[in-house]
Amino acid sequence: MIAAVVIGAFAGVLAGLLGVGGGVLFVPALTVFLGLGQVEAEATSLLAIMPMALVGAWRQHRYGNLRAHDAVVLGALSVPGAVAGVSIVEVLPERLVQIAFAGLMLLIAWRMVRGAPREEPEAAVSEGPDPGRPAS
Amino acid sequence: MLELAAIGTAAGLFSGLFGVGGGAVIVPMLVLRLGYADREAMGTSLAAISMMAAAAMLAHGAYGNLHVDDGVLVGVPAVGGVMAGTWLQQRLRPRVVRLVFAGVLVVAAIDLALK
Repeated sequence: MIAAVVIGAFAGVLAGLLGVGGGVLFVPALTVFLGLGQVEAEATSLLAIMPMALVGAWRQHRYGNLRAHDAVVLGALSVPGAVAGVSIVEVLPERLVQIAFAGLMLLIAWRMVRGAPREEPEAAVSEGPDPGRPAS
Repeated sequence: MLELAAIGTAAGLFSGLFGVGGGAVIVPMLVLRLGYADREAMGTSLAAISMMAAAAMLAHGAYGNLHVDDGVLVGVPAVGGVMAGTWLQQRLRPRVVRLVFAGVLVVAAIDLALK
């Protein structure tokens, strides 16, 4: 039980630092340390992720790092995407899908490491046109 | 706008497929495709994830799979953790945060491949 609390806190730090949901940590914490089944753990992890992500987004808003309009578009369209994902998993061999996604994540990691991040978000925004940004 | 919609749909697709993976898709796509600064991408991703999680939670709740007490047990420390994590992010160089992000993706990829 202590372990679940510690992992929850650590998952929160990682989520805030990296902008991810932390399901990778929450789900094992719930299955291994609190004895939930896989489906129950995936469902229950959302109960932790939702308020955590909301508070994290609020903090990022205060730091000036939130584009609320874009977030709403992303969030709204992820719902039909998730429904499609659940249906696809019924059709395609799960193992193939897992390996493909693992490969995709490695490719993304490589591209993130190779590219140079913009250091100052606020300053860059006020500095006029940026070819990397959409016109809207 | 169209690209933003595609990113949202893709993030949902992957989280539907694996139960995880929303942020792992949203953050790199916002940075690499739409020219977001890293912190902006990570902040915006969190807001999108909260909506995604709320919708998925309602669907799961309808099936009676939610264990509220266990969710609170990991969720309350997670809320404290996320405040510490966002605070820390403002104080680390984006380059450092990006390397940690890439490291987490590699670990998640290995974990998925070995399942």
